[in-house]
Amino acid sequence: MIHIENVSKTFTLHNQGGSVIEVMQGATLSVAPGECVALTGNSGAGKSTLMRMIYGNYLAASGRIIIGDVDVAQAEPREILALRRETLGYVSQFLRVVPRVSTLDVVAEPLLSVGCDGEVARERARDLLSRLKIPETLWSLSPTTFSGGEQQRVNIAHGFAHTYPAILLDEPTASLDATNRSTVLSLIEEAKSRGAAIIGIFHDAQARDRVADREVDVSAFTPKRAA
Amino acid sequence: MTPLLSVSNIQKTYGHRIGCTGVNFDLYPGEVMGIVGESGSGKSTLLNCLAGHLEPDQGEVLFDTRAEGLRDTMTMSEPERRMLARTDWAFVHQNARDGLRMGVSAGGNVGERLMAVGARHYGNIREQAIDWLGRVEITEDRVDDRPSDFSGGMQQRLQIARNLVTGPRLVFMDEPTGGLDVSVQARLLDLLRGLVREMGLSAIIVTHDLAVVRLLADRLMVMKSGHLVESGLTDQVLDDPQHTYTQLLVSSVLQV
Repeated sequence: MIHIENVSKTFTLHNQGGSVIEVMQGATLSVAPGECVALTGNSGAGKSTLMRMIYGNYLAASGRIIIGDVDVAQAEPREILALRRETLGYVSQFLRVVPRVSTLDVVAEPLLSVGCDGEVARERARDLLSRLKIPETLWSLSPTTFSGGEQQRVNIAHGFAHTYPAILLDEPTASLDATNRSTVLSLIEEAKSRGAAIIGIFHDAQARDRVADREVDVSAFTPKRAA
Repeated sequence: MTPLLSVSNIQKTYGHRIGCTGVNFDLYPGEVMGIVGESGSGKSTLLNCLAGHLEPDQGEVLFDTRAEGLRDTMTMSEPERRMLARTDWAFVHQNARDGLRMGVSAGGNVGERLMAVGARHYGNIREQAIDWLGRVEITEDRVDDRPSDFSGGMQQRLQIARNLVTGPRLVFMDEPTGGLDVSVQARLLDLLRGLVREMGLSAIIVTHDLAVVRLLADRLMVMKSGHLVESGLTDQVLDDPQHTYTQLLVSSVLQV
């Protein structure tokens, strides 16, 4: 489902003396449907950089990133937008929403944007929010005022509302208590069993052991810096 | 898939000064394009050229008309262009006074566009006007007041209601949220996103507010001194800017 071949990444900081930083080279990995791959490596090794390249937030300097039949490294914005709408989900660490939109609508939005019926979408949203133990009294409020843990759970509900065939998870279980963490891990397992290909960053070793089929150490892709 | 708007090689100069030059892009149905850049970079010049308010020195602006497919809006006759401007297009001016009739009631301002496309039943027109005023948070009891009695922010909301009431396919917006307080700005962003999703509305939005484009725009173009310096997916341009100027722009935003 996800094939990454020989991807490299450099940052050129024009306003800081034009310094060029090579952060990744030769990144190669594949994820089959129903498989969960955990990215590992020290902080700064490039886990999030690789994730962002897969999602299209960062431009890859070279290589191919194939998801389904789209090469994210080459695709037009329009193709990436369609890919994100239909195929590729992303649960980031930060909730980014239009203020004043209710939590229920935030969670239902990914379904509405693939043309799902409004009531079906909201039913799915209600189901996810109650599984993730967001009190019903909060559903009509905007998540911007919620606590960090609640925001994260809303983010997860948003990311799992639509049944994407490929999912990227950036620390989905950070800052969650044991019960909620277990719920999130169940959601990930359910996604796997319906055939989703998943790439995740999990700092929590227990969570990683429970859901990940394999680990890929990203520091193998870190260019050797000249001393 | 046919683009809704296909722009090639637009150039507009003011004497020897460049307004904008070498602009090419295709906009597809349901896409929201943001144009950012510092003041004087040519954003509004470009927008006005696209919307037919300014005549570019060269270039083509093709619009996918309902009847005849792609047509060059530069060579079409004035009546045809005016018809587009009050049906499939909408233009939200930076200064609300430019887009409203100040001597006509709020309801009349919204109703005018409906009448221009053939609505004649006053009760229905008034009902729709009140519905749209409500969507932009203007209460029903203000429907008979003139825009000159409204605050600046209310005028802007009224202008947006007036423009969207006929269900246009393409909306041009010049700093639409500039004069609005943040709570109404949020409401409007949500309203626009809903319209994009439900009606397949496309929009081109000129702004200098990067937070607004991140939430609203799918794609982003960055302009500097009349030139397009960078374009791409909004979050890619903001998270991984390639051009010197974009890097400066993105790193200059104050964190809230």
